[in-house]
Amino acid sequence: MATIDSKIPEGPVAEKWTNYKAHQKLVNPKNKLKLDVIVVGTGLAGASAAASLGEMGFNVLNFCIQDSPRRAHSIAAQGGINAAKNYQNDGDSVYRLFYDTVKGGDYRAREANVHRLAEVSNSIIDQCVAQGVPFAREYGGLLANRSFGGAQVSRTFYAKGQTGQQLLLGAYSALSRQVNEGKVKLYTRYEMQDVVMINGRARGIVAKNLVTGKLERFAANAVVLATGGYGNTYFLSTNAMGCNCSAAIAAYHKGAYMSNPAYVQIHPTCIPVHGDKQSKLTLMSESLRNDGRIWVPKKIEDAKALQAGTKKGSDIPEEDRDYYLERRYPAFGNLVPRDVASRAAKERCDHGFGVNNTGLAVFLDFSESINRLGIDIVRQRYGNLFDMYEEITDVNPGELANEINGVKYYNPMMIFPAIHYTMGGLWVDYELQTNLPGLFAIGECNFSDHGANRLGASALMQGLADGYFVLPYTIQNYLSNQEIWPKISTDAPEFDEAEKAWNEKIDRLMNIKGKRSVDSMHEVLGLIMWEFVGMGRTAEGLKTGFKKIAEIKKEFETNLFIPGSKEGLNVELDKAIRLKDFITMGQLIAFDALNRNESCGGHFREEYQTEEGEAKRDDENYFYVSCWQYKGENAEPELSKEPLVYENIKVQTRNYKN
Amino acid sequence: MDNIINFKIRVWRQNGPKEKGQFSEWYDSKELKMDITTDTSFLEMLDILNEKLIEAGKEPFVFDHDCREGICGMCSLYINGHPHGPAQGATTCQIYMRRFKDGDTITVEPWRSAGFPVIKDCMVDRGAFDKIMQAGGYVSVRTGAPQDANAILIPKQNADMAMDAATCIGCGCCVAACKNGSAMLFLSAKVSQLALLPQGRPEAAKRAKAMLAKMDELGFGACTNTGACAAECPKQISLSNIARLNREFIKAKLAD
Repeated sequence: MATIDSKIPEGPVAEKWTNYKAHQKLVNPKNKLKLDVIVVGTGLAGASAAASLGEMGFNVLNFCIQDSPRRAHSIAAQGGINAAKNYQNDGDSVYRLFYDTVKGGDYRAREANVHRLAEVSNSIIDQCVAQGVPFAREYGGLLANRSFGGAQVSRTFYAKGQTGQQLLLGAYSALSRQVNEGKVKLYTRYEMQDVVMINGRARGIVAKNLVTGKLERFAANAVVLATGGYGNTYFLSTNAMGCNCSAAIAAYHKGAYMSNPAYVQIHPTCIPVHGDKQSKLTLMSESLRNDGRIWVPKKIEDAKALQAGTKKGSDIPEEDRDYYLERRYPAFGNLVPRDVASRAAKERCDHGFGVNNTGLAVFLDFSESINRLGIDIVRQRYGNLFDMYEEITDVNPGELANEINGVKYYNPMMIFPAIHYTMGGLWVDYELQTNLPGLFAIGECNFSDHGANRLGASALMQGLADGYFVLPYTIQNYLSNQEIWPKISTDAPEFDEAEKAWNEKIDRLMNIKGKRSVDSMHEVLGLIMWEFVGMGRTAEGLKTGFKKIAEIKKEFETNLFIPGSKEGLNVELDKAIRLKDFITMGQLIAFDALNRNESCGGHFREEYQTEEGEAKRDDENYFYVSCWQYKGENAEPELSKEPLVYENIKVQTRNYKN
Repeated sequence: MDNIINFKIRVWRQNGPKEKGQFSEWYDSKELKMDITTDTSFLEMLDILNEKLIEAGKEPFVFDHDCREGICGMCSLYINGHPHGPAQGATTCQIYMRRFKDGDTITVEPWRSAGFPVIKDCMVDRGAFDKIMQAGGYVSVRTGAPQDANAILIPKQNADMAMDAATCIGCGCCVAACKNGSAMLFLSAKVSQLALLPQGRPEAAKRAKAMLAKMDELGFGACTNTGACAAECPKQISLSNIARLNREFIKAKLAD
């Protein structure tokens, strides 16, 4: 087992980042012009990093798989972005945001990283406003805020239900400006296939031009991965169809640690699965929990009637409703963190109280808010989400449906948890560098800031913190090393090898010539992952999961069919390459879940729970970051551990009850 | 199941920008045993069609799509004569099969515009939109430490109007809807958003001029105020943005 150096600076937690910046090495302006940086991905982290590095003077090569950088899936984030501005005068502070994030992560994140995140959160809001991001405002012209899960203050900034879109378009505009200045070169519809290591350092990538089908080589002085998470391992998720983990797996195959893969976030408010042909799940923003109340019937006969379709939610009067989150967690109510809300929904459905035909749904109800505030105000806040819900389900949640004993009841939404975000990812040190020198990972792609569970409105915060305010500094500590300054030719033998290996891999896939499509097998992988490596895991189930993943792996290797040829655009081939890596990722998630004999955050092992059904951590044995290293195609990965050191926050059992 | 609908569908097939394209044969959902229910999304229906084609050893039909939540702007199909299909204020990925009737025929085409060459089938190259943005669709601010976010008050009304304009997803529907193939609605949304905010004011006129010049250069047509763009826009971007763009443009011209 290797020793792991996270390079956390000395000093009190509140001074570490300031000290780091004061003493890190910089690259002088003239030398920046000679250095090239590859940034893979154009989401919040990738676009903001590429723009900032370009502005500083570095030459940036920026890649994305879509037709434009603006399509990256950060765009779909709805609810908001956290910052410790304390504009509401409700007692917020950098320390409180730090504390809430560490606690929300179930005490499995690094203190130093999270504190830095909280520190730079305020600059992000300043930066975005300066770019022209139209955040919601109050009548007096000040910025507005709302509340999100896991916090007792209002610190979330938002732009309708489209905050991710507006922040991404802000970063995209900064990126566009650098493209115009000639500092960033964009490569759209390119997918990174491999990272090229020369003399032990990341010096370039091989990428596939998705339109021509050709592999192309790119050299640089450092490589930054901002390629998002691995949620699509589960096939059905709220991720976009193209989201994949292939860049991260390529790094893993080269020796990079994959950390905490078992920490997968299951978002409580998604539209339930409606059939067996669905391709993707739709999220309903967590912001709805500000005014919506989550419930199932108290009486099992009501639940049965709902499942049979003989009753509707609005037929059930107030006294027969079980607002189970408010009942179990009086202090936080409907605003408990996502992992807690998801598990509570599963608990009720497991007991037979699910409210749709599959028994896998709960209600999110706005009757109380509409009766209190009026439909206009509620629609002002959530109108676009109501419309989206109606388009998908044909039910309008703002519509009056019933009146019982003088109380008006509106159609409730039906929701159920779904895979949404992955806290695990490539291991990085304090400088956001992986254990492969010169290879950095930012945003959802790395494991660093959210521990075992991410709080709402913190993904946008982390993506932009990494890209605007952290990486552009820390990467200079690496780039200042003159040993890496000489340019490397893409004719170097390492590039030849990488390209040859990839061509062979593609040929192998094309030549299987079996019978099954990529999607039909991805769907099977997803079902295995959801059933055995999903919301409630057991040692036994995980072992079954392993067997089943191995079966689908074999099926993939022997019975895959890809139409067409490898020349030119071939969507099926691209999906096949990704699926191969999802299978590897699925195995890693299962390994990590089996190793971690405790429940924490997004990782719930049914053997480890309290009598009340809450997650039971084991700090004595599992107070560490798991770091998995590739040891060969058919060998088990090797586990190393980065011990967690808490100097500021007292590690305790999470409590959202009082 | 009783909510299954049957229909015939044909899709545009084209191998590359310079190749001649044509419609596919009519695929019969019943013959192909697609079993499409009314709560299936339009793109899920196309996924199922593709699965059937692959099963038969044929190449699947290529189209752009990604988030499937109506926000990334990637999906771009011209369905039965309407960009993004029959629903108002919705993208292709937000259309559900309950919008169609049993026995309907469905014709799927790409965005057709000189500015958007076909890559394959219904996948088009919208790189021109990036180029228009690069010409000036930003506020020239450096990453660093700008003043506090609340230092400049912005009236809620202006912030809301800016937000409405900023809602544009850059899908290109406006160009596909326009008989002249003009990108004015797209461009005006960005110009308006930034012109309405104090942060964007200093460069407002310059921005309008630069973006318009780029649009002309890239082969998009001129605007004749027909309004098809706003009528078809999935984000219901208002035509008044074009008026605001024109005001900024005139200001820039007067300053010249």
